[in-house]
Amino acid sequence: MFYREAGQFKTSYAADMAIFPIRQDRIGLGLILIGAFVVIPLAGNQFLLNSIMIPFLVFSLAAIGLNILTGYTGLLSLGSAAFMGVGAYACYKLSTFFPQVNILVWIVASGFVSSAVGVFFGLPSLRIKGFYLAVATLAAQFFLQWCFARVPWLYNDNTSGAIEVSTHTLFGLPVTGPNATPATRYLVVLTIVAAMAWLASNIVHGRIGRMWMAVRDMDIAAQLMGIRLLRAKLLAFAVSSFYVGVAGALMVFLWLGAAEPEAFNINLSFLLLFMVIIGGLGSIVGAFLGAALIHILPILLRALPALVGLNLGSATIEQLTFMVTGALIIFFLIVEPLGLARLWRIGKQKLRVWPFPY
Amino acid sequence: MKNTRHALKILSGAVLALALAAPAVTPAAAEDSIYVPLFTYRTGPFGGSGTPIADGMHDYLTMLNERDGGIGGVKLIVDECETGYDTKRGVECYDSVKSKNPVMVNPWSTGITLSLIPKASVDKIPILSMAYGLSASAKGEVFPWIFNPPATYWDGLSQILKYVGDGSLDNLKGKTIGYLYFDAGFGKEPIPLFQDLSKDLGFTLKLYPVAPADMQNQSAKWLDVRRDKPDFLVMYGWGAMNATAVKEAVKAGFPMDKFISIWWPSEADLVSAGDGAKGFKTLNWHATGTAFPALQDIQKRVVDAGKSLAPASEVGQVLYNHGVYNSMLIAEGIANAQKLTGKKVVTGEDVRRGLETIDLDAARFKALGLEGFAAPFKLTCADHNSHSGTFIQQWDGAKWVKITDPIAPAMDKVQPLLDEAAKSYVEKNTGWPARTESCDSKS
Repeated sequence: MFYREAGQFKTSYAADMAIFPIRQDRIGLGLILIGAFVVIPLAGNQFLLNSIMIPFLVFSLAAIGLNILTGYTGLLSLGSAAFMGVGAYACYKLSTFFPQVNILVWIVASGFVSSAVGVFFGLPSLRIKGFYLAVATLAAQFFLQWCFARVPWLYNDNTSGAIEVSTHTLFGLPVTGPNATPATRYLVVLTIVAAMAWLASNIVHGRIGRMWMAVRDMDIAAQLMGIRLLRAKLLAFAVSSFYVGVAGALMVFLWLGAAEPEAFNINLSFLLLFMVIIGGLGSIVGAFLGAALIHILPILLRALPALVGLNLGSATIEQLTFMVTGALIIFFLIVEPLGLARLWRIGKQKLRVWPFPY
Repeated sequence: MKNTRHALKILSGAVLALALAAPAVTPAAAEDSIYVPLFTYRTGPFGGSGTPIADGMHDYLTMLNERDGGIGGVKLIVDECETGYDTKRGVECYDSVKSKNPVMVNPWSTGITLSLIPKASVDKIPILSMAYGLSASAKGEVFPWIFNPPATYWDGLSQILKYVGDGSLDNLKGKTIGYLYFDAGFGKEPIPLFQDLSKDLGFTLKLYPVAPADMQNQSAKWLDVRRDKPDFLVMYGWGAMNATAVKEAVKAGFPMDKFISIWWPSEADLVSAGDGAKGFKTLNWHATGTAFPALQDIQKRVVDAGKSLAPASEVGQVLYNHGVYNSMLIAEGIANAQKLTGKKVVTGEDVRRGLETIDLDAARFKALGLEGFAAPFKLTCADHNSHSGTFIQQWDGAKWVKITDPIAPAMDKVQPLLDEAAKSYVEKNTGWPARTESCDSKS
């Protein structure tokens, strides 16, 4: 009923293999994009843009990156926060060396730096799998975070030990620094995230994505079919770290404006892993859903008592938020261990056959 | 019918957007009140340090509301936002209070302060980072919107070293001094000064960094301390790090009277280490205890009246009084702003001027009901810090005992570093605005 597909015929192979084969989905996506690009920047207040949407998009991008590695290739990583840090510090170094160059160029370039570091720490993945690989990436997390705190060159010898973002402009408009309006920053982040999500969706649905999934499902079988494990796994690390690195650069340059090494601690790695697991392993939509649940839900929960007129102390609200979020995570994992993306898929299937389920 | 689904989607989106926009609107400041947000942390690994400070700040302002009906007859709206000492949450708090016309923010974290410093002049919201934050922000010509009285971390270090050298830095020659520090912005800041001094004065410096993740696991550092046997140990710690360090010092048998900290350890940190902690020393710039009319008003009108989260025993503790002192500065900034502008309801811009003309002499302290609470000091347009003297207090097993007079900082060593740091901050942040704010000489 809601999804009436009658009359939608596929007349070419391209149409048959489309990522969104149903017209309603395409319209829905278009509406979401219009909402994101037009309605939110026009209607949203600063808090919505600065503290909800920008972080949500940054976390979504990082979750897509981690999903490529963990969800599609089956390589568990606990070092994602450190790779975000590599992106942020690379962008900081590059933009202070060459301040004239457009900042977007450096944000993308920092992804490549993160990619290179990711490949290096991905080398052990050829020999070790599962929990053991998680421990190896944990080493990357600690080592890189140690570098951010201990190598003065990385933070230009600032006495505070933190990196600070100065003002950069794009088409004459400031996009970083205190003078950039939230709407400008939001649109820049949204454009990058939308473009990269589109790219990721194409990668994972194509030859490379299938190769990764074959490795995930059984790497010996994949090898016997002619997939070169070395290339496949390192490519997964490279692409994943690229995404995570760009997310890190966006986080510092377009959201926080300054960062200490502590911003990239192990908690952030776990948070990203939770987003991926709760959102749904091996799903791009899942990355967005997971980021929404982990980042936006607590903000809503914190605002709730004031909305209904309850005057609770800030600490009480904080503890309640922790408990409710934790309980909801467990609830979702029990209801659907395969994540929110799977719930969405089931829901969609139900809608397609409603009201005559078979 | 086909479009019902999308209509539903848009509708739910609109509801969501409304829900998100609402929190920013609901408790908006009324016309005849002054909105004072407090960024606090009562949860997480730093909650032990953050809670008494939050209580002190909250209770002093609440007391002003109860006793005087606010400041200059205008009620204060005191609103706490939990940051958990996390920079991301701090920035979120800032965004959530920004639309309610706050007269100033108190980040209570060096990391959050660093993120907010560039925004202050754009959003016209002054930042008061009392004895923490960026030391260079003491220079008012470069940082007109940032205030960090009454002393910087560099001042504090020179004061500790002066004490160690019996009043003069020159007596340090040949000594070994250890530095146990929180390995983040705040603990790292004194290192350049420490290293310069060690070279100039001829003492050996041993560094013992404690990573934030290892706050409660310092045994490796204390093995190093035992091996190096420093003559004195200086500590810049926060949260659970302080309590752990004192416990480890007791376990390692380190002479407690040679263990000197910056102004952040609390009574609770020392009580948990037991009798062995006797003799531990910290810097401080104000009195502890409740023997002041203002603090007795807090006890009577706020704590006993059940309007505070603080247990009665916490009132008068060193961190609680840090909070009280912080709120006294907030109140003074607002009162000065009212005097300067003649307005009752002041804005962030007015309060910036008010803070710049803070002149707390002995008579003013007495008028505030805090006679003898702290040494008089004065801020100017050029000096947002005052570089006041701080004294050493020693733990006697139950309370702090003041054991020295205020020690002045070694400004000949600190000033060049401040100038250098402010210059380099401006250079690294291209486009840093030059000061255009006018200067009031007196409120």
